[in-house]
Order: sequence, then C-alpha cells, then structure tokens
Amino acid sequence: MSSIRIKAKERKGEVDVKCLMKHDMETGLRKDKSGKKIPEHWIQDVTAESNGKVVFSCAFNTSISKDPYLAFAFSGKKGDSLTISWKDNTGATDSAETKIR
Amino acid sequence: MDRRSVLKVAGVVSAAATALVAMPRLAMAAYTEKAFKAKGGADALQNAYGANATTPSDQVKLKAPDIAENGAVVPVEVATDMDAESIAILIDGNPSPLALTADIPAGTKGLVKTRCRMGKTTNVTAVVKSGGKLYTASKEVKVTIGGCGG
Repeated sequence: MSSIRIKAKERKGEVDVKCLMKHDMETGLRKDKSGKKIPEHWIQDVTAESNGKVVFSCAFNTSISKDPYLAFAFSGKKGDSLTISWKDNTGATDSAETKIR
Repeated sequence: MDRRSVLKVAGVVSAAATALVAMPRLAMAAYTEKAFKAKGGADALQNAYGANATTPSDQVKLKAPDIAENGAVVPVEVATDMDAESIAILIDGNPSPLALTADIPAGTKGLVKTRCRMGKTTNVTAVVKSGGKLYTASKEVKVTIGGCGG
C-alpha cells in the first residue's frame, strides 16, 4: 500500500487535487525518552505529473506537519492519469497513481 | 569540412548552449539546503529566489487561523489570481522560516494548501513570485501549544 492517498476531481476543466502522505516528518529538534535527539527525517520534494507532464512540484521543510497534506489545482480532464511522488532526505521515495475523476 | 557544415555545427552548439543556460529557469521546485536552512526570512527568500525585495499585495490571499490551538498542525492556504510562477510559505518565528516552495507551471492554478508546524505565535507570510517580482501577504497566527518539538 502506497503511503500516498490522492483525490483528484475535475470540475469545469479544473482538477482539484488533495493528497495525504504518510510520513513522520521528524524535525531533528525533538528528543526521545533518553534525551537523545531524534534525527531529521522529512520529505523534501513532491512532484505531481499528469500524462507525463509536471503539473505541480514543491519542496518541503521540516516545518510541514507530520503526515503532510497538500492541495492544489490545475487544468485537466477526467480520465487523465495523475502521479504524485515524494523523496525524503534519506533518499527514500514513494509514488502513487490515480485517475482523475 | 566546408563552410556550410562548419556553420551547421556552430548552430547546433550554440543552440545546445542556449538550452543549457535556459535550464535552471525550467527546473522544478527542488529542495535547496541554503534556502531551507536559512535562519531569517529575508535570507531564505534571497537563497530561494535570488531576491528578497517584496511588495505587499492584496492579490495574494493567505488563509490561516487567527488562533492555532495546536502548533503542530496549522492549516495554511495561499491563493492568487496573478500569473504565479512560484509560491512560498514563510513562518517568521520558526528556527528555519521557509516552510514550502511550490512551482506553478502554466496551466496550474496559483493555489497551495497545506498544514504547517509553528513553534510560537508569529507572522505567517505568503510569497507569490509573478513576473519576476515577489508579492507578499502576512498574517499573525497565535499559537497556544508550539509544534516544533523540543
């Protein structure tokens, strides 16, 4: 199961995209019980592609909440594919694809 | 090699060089250590956009709560009707103020919604880059419980 949940809905030629990514987004400032700092671990880059074209891309800092929520809108049509992928500071990546409804 | 083919090669080379020069402008919003680790909002903008001269504008619409009970989850929305190239969210009082930069290609609306962490009561600033200039809108958000850990 992918860590990304996407909802993409078309209305009047505009696609509203909402997505939730499951990620700890550790800031590197938090401490565990023994007082040691928990190392930073966060999503740095998020890219959204529709039909092979980048429609939205953004970069996150650690100041984005845990399990990041992101919403944006672009012009597209029903049935097109939408792929959202992220990459975190450890180099881990994940992506999910959906059809625009 | 005759003159004609020399010219052809020269043309190809210069086209390639132009493409290379143009590349950074087409580059997607990507995480940059310098911008995101900057300690001040102006530094962050300088490193992210190469400029930090901003103009307040009512065309930039920033939606954020007046009082955020939980600083770990503060919903922030930036919208603009301008022809935006890029949108950024700055949280002035955070250890590193720049929270997000988003690239808006043609055909994508000037709109970003997300949830941010806020360490303390401070100003949230939305920055919209349009036509090479930076436009901003600010709002103070009161935070009851900080969300940066510690």
